[in-house]
Amino acid sequence: MSKILVCIKRVVDYNVRIRVKPDSSGIVTDGVKMSINPFDEIALEEAIRLKERGIANEVIVASIGPTEAQQQLRIGLAMGADRAIHIQHDTSIEPLTAARAFLKIVEQESPLLVITGKQAIDDDNAQTGQMLAALWNRPQACFASKLEINGNIAHATREVDDGLETIELDLPAVITCDLRLNEPRYVKLPEIMKAKKKPLELFMLNEMGITLNQQFKTVKVTPPPARQKGVLVKDAKELVELLKIKGVL
Amino acid sequence: MTRILIIAEHAQGKLNLSTRKTVSCAAQIADAEIDIVVFSNDAQEIATQAAQLTSVRCVLKAEHPNFAHALAATYAPAIIQMASNYSHIFAPSTTFGKDLMPRVAALLGVGQISDVMAVEGSHRFVRPIYAGNAMVTLDADPQHKLVATIRTASFQPATTNGNASIESVSISATLPTHTRFISHSEEHNDRPDLQSAARVVAGGRALGSAENFNLIYQLADQLGAGVGASRAAVDAGYAANELQVGQTGKIIAPDLYIAVGISGAIQHLTGIKDARTIVAINKDPEAPIFDVADIGLVGDLFTVLPELAKHL
Repeated sequence: MSKILVCIKRVVDYNVRIRVKPDSSGIVTDGVKMSINPFDEIALEEAIRLKERGIANEVIVASIGPTEAQQQLRIGLAMGADRAIHIQHDTSIEPLTAARAFLKIVEQESPLLVITGKQAIDDDNAQTGQMLAALWNRPQACFASKLEINGNIAHATREVDDGLETIELDLPAVITCDLRLNEPRYVKLPEIMKAKKKPLELFMLNEMGITLNQQFKTVKVTPPPARQKGVLVKDAKELVELLKIKGVL
Repeated sequence: MTRILIIAEHAQGKLNLSTRKTVSCAAQIADAEIDIVVFSNDAQEIATQAAQLTSVRCVLKAEHPNFAHALAATYAPAIIQMASNYSHIFAPSTTFGKDLMPRVAALLGVGQISDVMAVEGSHRFVRPIYAGNAMVTLDADPQHKLVATIRTASFQPATTNGNASIESVSISATLPTHTRFISHSEEHNDRPDLQSAARVVAGGRALGSAENFNLIYQLADQLGAGVGASRAAVDAGYAANELQVGQTGKIIAPDLYIAVGISGAIQHLTGIKDARTIVAINKDPEAPIFDVADIGLVGDLFTVLPELAKHL
């Protein structure tokens, strides 16, 4: 029977209004609420549903990050994953490094599917899934909004700029999820308690025998330029007049 | 020597505007030699269009029956085959480029800069993070090949005063067949494409129904504008998904953007930040959309829109 590996990332919660550090070195994350990257939560939900439909018999949730990333892995277990893999590393890594680390897990577990979010909402890189598929030399379906598995073939519908595209993939393959794929379930308290008993395996990123890609150096992080405060008009007539003055009509 | 290869995005025999914008970005790098590669089963027509783009040196036709559809897994090995001649490989940061380029980068054993919004040197670029709520300036190690996707909303399309040569490349790479195109669907209409329209009218949840959303179409038609929608309107089923504007939809930069009944969630504002003039029509004076709007009108859209139609 088959396994599904879900890769998740601990990120600043999507409801947090982020602030740039005054010294331009990054984003303030101290004391900020952290969560599973929302797109990765969709990946988890999809994997659990595939298991519930009998398409897989085990869901493994994996994450790279500091010790605190285990909080997110435990939530993944509470949602319904069977076991967790924590690849511990305390500083931020480039997506290629993440893909290399997940490839190690893939080689160990031989999953039928790897599912992850289309991007993490912190760095917005949208790279890790595709990179993993490339290193693994397997198909990829990015931005999936529908997934059907039939034996060793998957049909994935992808959200592309000009509509929807459906592709067929030989499995195993990597799927990256778009928002529309599903709505993740809420985790109930008893499940969180039960999840504490589920196995969590620990690796140290530095001991996995992979090269850490260190190609990019952050020069500075800055807030976006603010837009100038606009004006209020009282009705449609005044709006049209102003647009004409501005030369946009 | 900076030598840039751009992967052309095209559809139905036409070069996408996103490719022209990627050329503009590449042309901002000093002394760059820019080539474009066109993957297709029949590349001539697109190559001819690409050859007209200003600052392009050479257009490469990469023709193969398996290139009839843009599949990342199929294109990537062919790009690797030609990569040795280039220091930089660029593609637009559309779903096409976002799908393809990380696969290319990983096969080359290098990283990628996603969503380049400004060029500050051959290896220094600015990109948005946290849904555009911060910008990071990155230095890329010049020892490595640089793979990047280009945020189309940040660059103007390249002009068409060029006269590049057109060459054919024969594909020697083994192309995988494990990924196969099945079908593609889109909303067909005669309106300007949302991504490239100079004017866009977008509707939000306040429209209340798919039927009422026709008011947005009517206003758009009167203005010759493209139609957009907020995520809330799409989720409520008032508008098709490809109309979605925002971080999880399309990022656009029209000259005029009219947001009707859109409150302005962070993720929506991210998608319209680069619009030249933003107009907001909303009955809630506290709606965050008014923080970014150049012109705001507080009022009920069902009263305002008919009046607007009268005055236009």
